[in-house]
Parts: sequence; structure tokens; C-alpha cells
Amino acid sequence: MVIVEPVCQRGRDPVVSRPAYLTLGEQFTAALSALLGWGPVRAAQSRLKEWGLTGRVAVTAVPYLWLLVFFLAPFLIVLKISFSSVEIAMPPFAPLVQWASDKVMLVRLNLGNFMFLWEDSLYLSALLNSLKMAAVSTMLALLIGYPMAYGIARSERHWRNILLMLVMLPFWTSFLLRVYAWIGLLGRNSPVNQLLVWLGLIDEPGSLLQTDWAVYIGIVYSYLPFMVLPLYTAIEKLDMTLLEAASDLGCRPTRAFLSITLPLTREGIVAGCMLVFIPATGEFVIPSLLGGPDSLMIGRVLWEEFFNNRDWPVASAVAIVLLLLLVGPIMLFQRAQQAAGGVHR
Amino acid sequence: MNQRRSFFVLTAMAFGFAFLYIPILSMVVYSFNYSKLVTVWDTANSPTLKWYTALLADEQVLNAAKLSLRIAAINATGAVILGTLAGLALARFGRFKGRTLLTGLTTAPMVMPEVITGLAMLLLFVAMQTLVGWPAGRGVTTITIAHITFSMAYVTVVIQSRLLTLDESLEEAAMDLGARPAKVFFVITLPIIFPAILSGWLLAFTLSWDDLVITSFVSGPGSTTLPQLIFSKVRLGVNPSINALATVMVAVVASLVVVAGVWMQRQERRRQRDVQMALATNQGGA
Repeated sequence: MVIVEPVCQRGRDPVVSRPAYLTLGEQFTAALSALLGWGPVRAAQSRLKEWGLTGRVAVTAVPYLWLLVFFLAPFLIVLKISFSSVEIAMPPFAPLVQWASDKVMLVRLNLGNFMFLWEDSLYLSALLNSLKMAAVSTMLALLIGYPMAYGIARSERHWRNILLMLVMLPFWTSFLLRVYAWIGLLGRNSPVNQLLVWLGLIDEPGSLLQTDWAVYIGIVYSYLPFMVLPLYTAIEKLDMTLLEAASDLGCRPTRAFLSITLPLTREGIVAGCMLVFIPATGEFVIPSLLGGPDSLMIGRVLWEEFFNNRDWPVASAVAIVLLLLLVGPIMLFQRAQQAAGGVHR
Repeated sequence: MNQRRSFFVLTAMAFGFAFLYIPILSMVVYSFNYSKLVTVWDTANSPTLKWYTALLADEQVLNAAKLSLRIAAINATGAVILGTLAGLALARFGRFKGRTLLTGLTTAPMVMPEVITGLAMLLLFVAMQTLVGWPAGRGVTTITIAHITFSMAYVTVVIQSRLLTLDESLEEAAMDLGARPAKVFFVITLPIIFPAILSGWLLAFTLSWDDLVITSFVSGPGSTTLPQLIFSKVRLGVNPSINALATVMVAVVASLVVVAGVWMQRQERRRQRDVQMALATNQGGA
């Protein structure tokens, strides 16, 4: 009796059979790789290579050019217009460069906008107030965010992803609507007020709205995910055996936290704090919805100069001053970001 | 790895999550409230769907939502293409000329205060219009360009960090076997980083869908996005139909996140099963 075995052997090793299904992505890549192997495409590719345009150059150049044109160039224009003066025209500022005659170019640098910012106390106090509000909010966010990130990083692996998703989920819903929710929660006779009265922290149900506290709550609430995520990444990478060793050697938990956990998660702390501090300094939506008319923040001042006073040069000068103040923090953030990337590698 | 968490840490976590979710839940609950006053619960007539029907009848809201959806989708696609290229360059091309500047340009938009970015982009568009005549006026085009510029930074970071954690040996093996770089990218790299690309797309979509400040600077008359409309309504005071809108958005996002999470987990499991099967078959054959 002969048993025919259905084995296809054509002189090579058994090949792993393809899975029966092909996902959409796999069909796409199969089609693409066929296209890339096609003669004319290959010819075009080698022609481009002769001109020095390799794939590598193109991959780098496209996003690079985009960012140079649409992100870097605008800042140079802001700088230029901050030296201009306001004019009733469209666009509402005087040109910087004028031709007095055919050969003589007149460059009028108007330092008045910056002088104006310095002399009018409104701008200086708005700037200082913004820095104060952003610093206090960042500290509050760190105080709430660190234990949260720590707790998540020390959860079981299965829970970790769920908890992280719960931290991120509010971020996916509208920022504006989440700030708006606090208008209802903080207003007169609102639940938060009643809670505070019940706790005996305040005597009568007033409104927390239009106070600095409302702005702090709004900023901490909106930016908390940005604080928790870098902290989580840093804490999760922490080598637990260090803490065990410290405890074996008789180190108290508090001391171990201060001398091991805290320094080793420094990059995460810096990145998280900068991710909150920098945008919070220029925040517009939160102070204008939750803050009072007297809680001036620089982002709101810039907005009002631009939209209400239509003074583009002064708005640009405000932007330049704010940018100069934030250059330090931005560099700090980038260094922390790069250090974190380096550890990944 | 699991370690006992102290009472303090557990309390802090509970407080943190309550802090994150109570405002959202309050919006959901009060969207079913009959009373126009947001803080007073009208027990006699609630729950009601009247704010939802009011929302569905509001042409302005629907049009703004459609516009926002369109801009967000175009933006996300553009941002994913540019962000993937930038992430690839930063993660895979080693040290090239201008790498530091590119790193700076891709991280700065994430932290830059929005009022500055918005003002800067508007001034650029105005200057471009006087110099080259494009973009003519401000509207959907300028909003989309501005959104792509700041959201591609986020995509870049997502793709770059995914590529950095990815084992390069698969790509190297393909190269050794004679595959050209473009083919390696499309056949090896792209399928592996596909989840990161998908989450980058969703992130860019959300950032655009949500943006108020930059949009306000670069938008023109006739192009009012949903956040702009919400902001103008909210400024006039609390409005229960906004609660209904928020509830709809929360429901959509939550269900999308759950579906995406389940789908990704299933894909991952399937892929792992395939890898194991392939390994088993190979060993059996050898």
C-alpha cells in the first residue's frame, strides 16, 4: 500500500507558510514593494541619485524645509515687526525698509514698542504675574503628579497600561470644554464651594471663579497629563534593586527616596515641569475663562493687543520679550528630552 | 516588580484621578439636567434630552464641527507624513549636518506658548501674501498649514521614540540581503511602526480638532472652527447645550480609545502567535 504524503518538496527546505490572512497594511506594503522594483521607478531613482538627491536627503529635506519656512521664518518676521510702528493700513504696521530715493535705503528701527513695554507698568506686572502663576501651578502639578506617576509605575504591569490610558484620556477630549467644566464647578453655590464650606475652610459660599485659585486649578488640571507622563517614564526605568540595596543597608524610605529616587528621576522632573511651565506662562484660554479681570497674564495681554487694539507691533514686541524669557526653560526642556532619548538607545 | 505602594501613594492616586474625572463627569451629568442653571439640579423634569435635540438642530454647531473634522483629518495626514520623515531622519541617519537645529525645530512647537506661534504664523502668512500672493487671504488653507506645523512636532517625537526602541537588526538583515533602503522602509520598518503612526495620526487629529488660539490668529471670516464657536458661546456664560456637546465628544473619544486599544492588543497577540508559529515550524523543519 502506498501512502501519498501531501508534502511539497521541490528541492528546498520546508518554508514557513504565509498566514492565511493578509492585513490591509500587508497588502499595501506588498503592492508598494512591487512598485519599487518596477523598472521605470528604479531608473528614475538612479537618475535622481546622479543629481545628488538620494532618498536620505529627500527624507530629511522635506520636513526640514517645512519647519524652516513655517516655523523659524515666522519668528524672524515677528522680530522685524516688533521694531515697526503701528499704522492704519492693512497690514497695520509701517514698513521697516523704505527707499528715500533710488539709491538710499532707509531703515527705520522703532525701539518705541520695547520702551513702551518697559515704561507702562501693566506689561511688566503682567509678565511677572504670569511667571508667578506658571511657577506655582508647575509646583502644584508636580506635587500631585509625582505620587500619581510613582503609583502607576509601581502597579502591576496589566494595570499600568490601563491607568496610563486613564491619565491620557482627558487629554483626548476637548481642552476648552474641560476648562469650561470648571466654570460650573467653581461658581457661586457650586459643589466645590459647598464642599469648602462644609469642611470649614471658608465661612460663606463665595465664588472661586475669577480668582487666582481658579487659574491655578485650571492650569494644573489641564496640564497634569503632561507632568505625569515624563515622570512615569523616568520612574519606570528606575532600577529597583538600588532601593532594595539601600533598604538592606538600613536606609529609611524617606531618605532613600530623597537620595536615590528623586535624583535618578531628575530628567523626568525637568521635562514634566517644563512641559507645564512654558505653555502655562503664555496661557490665554484658562485666565480668560476662569481668571478675574485683574489677574493679568501675558498671553491675554498679547491677545488683547492684537485682537482688540489691533496693535501688531506691540503684540510682536510682547511675543519677543516672552520668547526671550522662555529661551532658558526651552533649552532646559530640550536637553532633558535628549537625555531621555539617549537612555532609550 | 510589583511593590507594595504606601497609603500615601494610593491616596494621591485616588485624588489625582478624581481631580481628572470629576469635571468631565459633572458635564455629563448636567447635560441631562432640565434647568438652564448649571448648578441647580431640576429633579422634577430631569433627566431630559432637550439639550441634545437643541444641539442637533443648531446649524452653526454642525457646520463648525464639519469644518473642524475636515481640517483635522487633512492636518493629521500631512503631519503624519512630515513627522514620520523627520522622526526617521532623527532616529536613523546618525549625525548629519543640521541635526541639532532639526531637533530644536521639532521640539520647540510642543512647548511654545500658543499665542506666540499663532501671532508668528499669521505674520508669516501676511508677509507671504504681499510677497508672492499666496495664500490669498486667510481661511481653511492657513489654518491647516499652521496646524500641520505644530502637530508634526508631536508625531515626530512619537515616531522617533518608537524607532529608537526598535531593534535595528531586522532592518540591517534586510539590507544585508540586498533590499534597498526604500524597500526596507516600506516592507520592514513601516509595518512595525504602524501602531506608532496610527497613534501619531490620532494625536495630530486631536490637537487640530482642539486648537483655539493658533486657529484664531490664522483664521479668516467665514472659517469658524468648533473650538472658536464654543469659545464665543462659553464667554457669554454657562450654557447647558455645551454640556451636551461635551458629553457627545467624551462618548466618541472614549469609545474610540477602547476600540483602538482592543484592536491593537488583538493585532499584537496575532503577530506574536505568528512569530511563535514561524519559529516552531522552522525548528521542526531543521
